[in-house]
Amino acid sequence: MPSNLLWADKYRPKDLSLLDYHKEQATDLKNLTQDGDFPHLLVYGPLGAGKKTRIMCLLREMFGPGVEKLKEETMSFTTPSNKKLEILALSSMYHIEINPSDVGHNDRVVIMDVIKNVAQTHQLNMSSQKDFKVIVLTDVDDLSKDAQHALRRTMEKYVANCRIILCATSISRVIPAIRSRCLCVRVPAPTEGEVIKILKNVASIENVNLTDELAKEIAVKSERNLRRALLMAEASFVNNIRQGIPKPDWEIFIQKTANVILKEQSMQSLASVRNNLYELIVNGIPSEIIFKVLLEDLLKPCDSSVGANIVEEAATYQYRSVQGNKEIFHLEAFVAKFMCHYSGLVQQMMEFF
Amino acid sequence: MDFFLKSGKLGDASSSTKSSGGSKAVKKPKLVPWVEKYRPKTIEDVVEQNEAVTVLGECIKGADLPNLLFYGPPGTGKTSTIIAAAKQLFGDLYRQRILELNASDERGIQVIREKVKTFSQLTASSVREDGKPCPSFKIVILDEADSMTYAAQAALRRTMEKETKSTRFCLICNYVSRIIPPLTSRCTKFRFKPLNECMIFERLTYICKEENVICEDVTLNKLVETSGGDMRRAITCLQSCAKLKGKGVPISIDNIIEVTGVVPDKLLIGYLEVCKTRNLQSLQNYIKEMMLEAYAGSQILEQLNEMVVNSDDYTDKQKAIIGEKLGTVAFRLLDGGSEYIQLLDLGCAIIKAHNI
Ligand SMILES: Nc1ncnc2c1ncn2[C@@H]1O[C@H](COP(=O)(O)OP(=O)(O)O)[C@@H](O)[C@H]1O
Ligand SMILES: [Mg+2]
Repeated sequence: MPSNLLWADKYRPKDLSLLDYHKEQATDLKNLTQDGDFPHLLVYGPLGAGKKTRIMCLLREMFGPGVEKLKEETMSFTTPSNKKLEILALSSMYHIEINPSDVGHNDRVVIMDVIKNVAQTHQLNMSSQKDFKVIVLTDVDDLSKDAQHALRRTMEKYVANCRIILCATSISRVIPAIRSRCLCVRVPAPTEGEVIKILKNVASIENVNLTDELAKEIAVKSERNLRRALLMAEASFVNNIRQGIPKPDWEIFIQKTANVILKEQSMQSLASVRNNLYELIVNGIPSEIIFKVLLEDLLKPCDSSVGANIVEEAATYQYRSVQGNKEIFHLEAFVAKFMCHYSGLVQQMMEFF
Repeated sequence: MDFFLKSGKLGDASSSTKSSGGSKAVKKPKLVPWVEKYRPKTIEDVVEQNEAVTVLGECIKGADLPNLLFYGPPGTGKTSTIIAAAKQLFGDLYRQRILELNASDERGIQVIREKVKTFSQLTASSVREDGKPCPSFKIVILDEADSMTYAAQAALRRTMEKETKSTRFCLICNYVSRIIPPLTSRCTKFRFKPLNECMIFERLTYICKEENVICEDVTLNKLVETSGGDMRRAITCLQSCAKLKGKGVPISIDNIIEVTGVVPDKLLIGYLEVCKTRNLQSLQNYIKEMMLEAYAGSQILEQLNEMVVNSDDYTDKQKAIIGEKLGTVAFRLLDGGSEYIQLLDLGCAIIKAHNI
């Protein structure tokens, strides 16, 4: 095994029977592969809960180790309006994996092209155990509604030739019509105990010392995101940290921003906050995360009644930020609203708007 | 992708190149999920939906067919009904006589005008290959028509008028309000109602027998209950439970709860209890933990609604406040709102309701 892999990748279980937690589910998935007539799958759960690992194990169970011989390819598509699109795909002889939301609102074109291609170029072969191929679509909760609707009938029409495995963090955004066409597999985050156990296990194979306290600290700070926990553990080992794992830079940056807001509620302060928000967006931090972390930091000094109002504002503006296409406006509007509530100088502040 | 596509021959290289068309002898039946396997083959197999079935039945007996509009919630048999009818009408000619366009196909104005027009103008005879008579018209099925733009719908209207002699149209949608009135007024409308629970139960019992699934009546009833009149959902769920547990293992209520994604009451009661303490910090922590269990936000809201409405812990006024927020939050969730923030907002509304 090449040793330059990150722990998070190096210790990814490859077989359903080797999965460390949700063992009953792993057995269930194994049963599922026994016959070829199972429905499409929708695997969902929080980040770092092991969805992808489970999917790969499942594919391996169905097709054998060949699914690990992956090729990376750039696929190109043409939209009806003659725009050229490119997207990265990972494929083996048995399956193909794409993240259609990489191409934004043109995701529909990509999905349709891939599915129809796979379904139509399929050749029958009796020697293989399964006579269908698998299309893995990741981040389906980010798919446009258009793309999701396009999947509906397509999923039914081509089901004999290809199975689709959808992967999502939250299924609230997946339209019910798709959910009812799939076997939905819920993958909850591992418990703190399970995270600790896995960390200790990896540490012992790597022959490094991981104290109980540090393992516990990592489990908590990673918010039970196993991938993040393993990255943290490896980093703390590399940097020789025994306790007090630092937060990620962007989280510290948001915290600083919150401090600016709490310290002074004024036009100047708002202007400098705006720069910070821009900085975060430019660095690829999703606005949903910015909203969430900022809200938490800002709520800390508030009592429940002011807090409730602030949550209400955040809920409104975060929702609007998804509707519109300039996230910065809505983040900034939320900050301004917060300043109003927080300083209690509503009248004076209304001049902002 | 080429790598993936060209590798249709898996393993054995000596086996037939391009044999897909010819060698019918070795063809084993394709394994398809139960929803497809048990899709009605004839209109007699369609459960309920009597009005549509009667009209199509008349047509199969030789009457003329009006343009049709089927509307209603998912999994009630809209697509199945028209496809089954078309197969009965045209027999082997089925493929030449219908044009099925759904949301996955390009359906802009241009396509509607050209593709549909070309299709309509093909001549069609009134005898089948097996010598039986069949109607001399063709059918254009526009499935999921509510996702067509208004402009495309308008273009369709003109095409529909021009091609009345040779072509019938069948529009299918969930929401009839999204179809422009000039189109709806040209069609005979049929509402597909959510299926009766007894009917679903009966169908599932039949499938259980065919597939050797062991499932007690109470368990099956629970499954039917969670399906909300959606046959597709019910069948998919039945198959999921059966396949996950393996052959010969009886399906339990717990299996059904897991597969349908029903949230355990404990988790929801906990949420309402935390709201009672009116402590924002504990509410935040609780929701974070709850999110890690990965239950669908929409499901959480649906069950919370049920709980609050039926609870004696809240006055009518409090219920009204909570209900209003529930509506807003549910709507925002489906449209991309953050689950954490929206559930927190709902919690705050419940706290406010406790404070009045
Ligand atoms: N009325 C019905 N009678 C029998 N089976 C049905 C009926 N409605 C739905 N089904 C089952 O559900 C599946 C989906 O039905 P479909 O006609 O595609 O629904 P939709 O109304 O969403 O188009 C079918 O494959 C069939 O197994
Ligand atoms: Mg349909």
